[in-house]
Amino acid sequence: MSRLFMFEKPLGMRDTLPGLYEKKSRVRSLIGDTMKLWGYQFIETPTLEYYETVGAASAIADQQLFKLLDKEGQTLVLRPDMTAPIARVAASKLLNEDLPVRLAYSANVFRAQQREGGRPAEFEQIGIECLNEETVSCDGEVIALLISSLKKAGLQQFQVSIGHVGFAQELFVQILGTNGRADILRKYLFEKNYVGYREHVNSLQLSSIDKQRLLQLLELRGGEDVIGQALDIMEQDSGKQALLDLKELWDVIKDYDVAAYVKFDFTIVSHMSYYSGILFEVYAGNVGFPIGNGGRYSLMEKFGKSASATGFAVRMDMLLEALGGGQQENSTHCIFFSQERRKEAFKLAEKMHEQGKQAVLQDITGVKNLDAFTKRFAETTYLIGGRTDE
Amino acid sequence: MSNILTMAMPKGRIFEEAVELLRKAGYKLPPEFDDSRKLIIEVPEEGLRFILAKPMDVATYVEHGVADVGIAGKDVLLEEERDVYELLDLNISYCYLAVAGLPNTKMNEVAPRVATKYPNVAEAYFREQGEQVEIIKLNGSIELAPIIGLSDRIVDIVSTGRTLKENGLVEYERIKDVTSRFIVNPVSYRMKDQQINDMVKRLSEVV
Repeated sequence: MSRLFMFEKPLGMRDTLPGLYEKKSRVRSLIGDTMKLWGYQFIETPTLEYYETVGAASAIADQQLFKLLDKEGQTLVLRPDMTAPIARVAASKLLNEDLPVRLAYSANVFRAQQREGGRPAEFEQIGIECLNEETVSCDGEVIALLISSLKKAGLQQFQVSIGHVGFAQELFVQILGTNGRADILRKYLFEKNYVGYREHVNSLQLSSIDKQRLLQLLELRGGEDVIGQALDIMEQDSGKQALLDLKELWDVIKDYDVAAYVKFDFTIVSHMSYYSGILFEVYAGNVGFPIGNGGRYSLMEKFGKSASATGFAVRMDMLLEALGGGQQENSTHCIFFSQERRKEAFKLAEKMHEQGKQAVLQDITGVKNLDAFTKRFAETTYLIGGRTDE
Repeated sequence: MSNILTMAMPKGRIFEEAVELLRKAGYKLPPEFDDSRKLIIEVPEEGLRFILAKPMDVATYVEHGVADVGIAGKDVLLEEERDVYELLDLNISYCYLAVAGLPNTKMNEVAPRVATKYPNVAEAYFREQGEQVEIIKLNGSIELAPIIGLSDRIVDIVSTGRTLKENGLVEYERIKDVTSRFIVNPVSYRMKDQQINDMVKRLSEVV
């Protein structure tokens, strides 16, 4: 390995400098306040978890985990998401009374380093989990809160696409008979390889009607009418319940007045095994990757509690990219002082701080290039020698 | 968000066939399209912007979302494994990936070496055959490698087989047929669904 330069950071790690920090913390508090208004309580969990528990339960692929060993030789992981740690703490503590629990978090999560740029190995997620609440109203609440949070953060153009984990699977098993055969198609769908999907469907020994049903799945994207189309191709009752739930979800979303941001999309499938109901992704116009995702899952079962939950997580880096530039106005005041008027300067600063104004105290002899330094402030006051200049 | 759809096009061999296909699908592309050296060509009448990229890079632009859609060879998609939708087989620029080498030779038993522009494809292929090989990545003129003794085999695309023949190489195995595909960024697929659906419809009528 080549010698490191002193400025180098481990691959995929980023600094947050003041300008970005400011923006990030503003967005975080706008979203966080919204979540709190809806009654979600923030929690923190450890950065390190056991590989065997949280690491294994997490939806993040094994090769994407950061692993290390503790003193006893147990394998630890840097948490790759917040859903699994929250499922752990909920299953072991918070769900003892068997009531709905609403939790929120904003935390940094870790994913394996990748050579290519644009893929940080550590990034912040802000999100919520509505646990032990199985109604469609709860699913709707999570989606409505997601939309409300993004709007509060100032995001204007975005779309939530909702799919259902059970629909494609049920359709495949109904037509193809076995899970094994269904998995082949599901893999094509997951890999977004529609060419391969179509070729595979056409190579199967099926009636042309069944082939048509499988091919139509790829077209099931859009508004409310998509559910009708989905009902048409799902012949047996076992798959219909999911669709009736989605229909009801649409009504809930309409009652929240957020239907304009929502579309259905039955082509969204997940490699994650723990999703058990709806799943969704959020897209913003000018960012090439989803800025957030979520869904209903039954992860608590892995921690010994049978309960399901719905939640979402928004990627802060992607959201900030979607929100774009817009440098915040600098309102900081700088008070330059010389020794003889130090106390006067301190008093002035104290007064401004009490009024909630940002004021910096700067000994005039401590700055070499005064012109360059003053440019960093909105206003300046000089308490030097005998004069007072604003 | 702009309503212009950005399309990444592969420069070189596939380009002309792709342009012809777009014209067949009813897109009015200006004549300078055919011999321009520009990297970005705007066609506002059609609501399109084209970026001209190295074929190997098309999927990268699309995955990162700086291009909404693109035309990429299946060889590139297999090698790069980018997170993009592969919506249509355009059935143009047909060729195939193959294993080739000097005639009547066997691979070195201790350390079989394979030179290729497609290290991921090559490694995956030989692994499926139950063989662990050492890969040497080259960027062009792959046929040189076995001739001058850099490797036992090469993995490359073959269209007519002429290059292999002229260099005294023979094809050993065919890995996969390759045609160009219409690919789409997952976010654009949702956010610009009408434009993209329209394009898919028009293209699928002419392929």
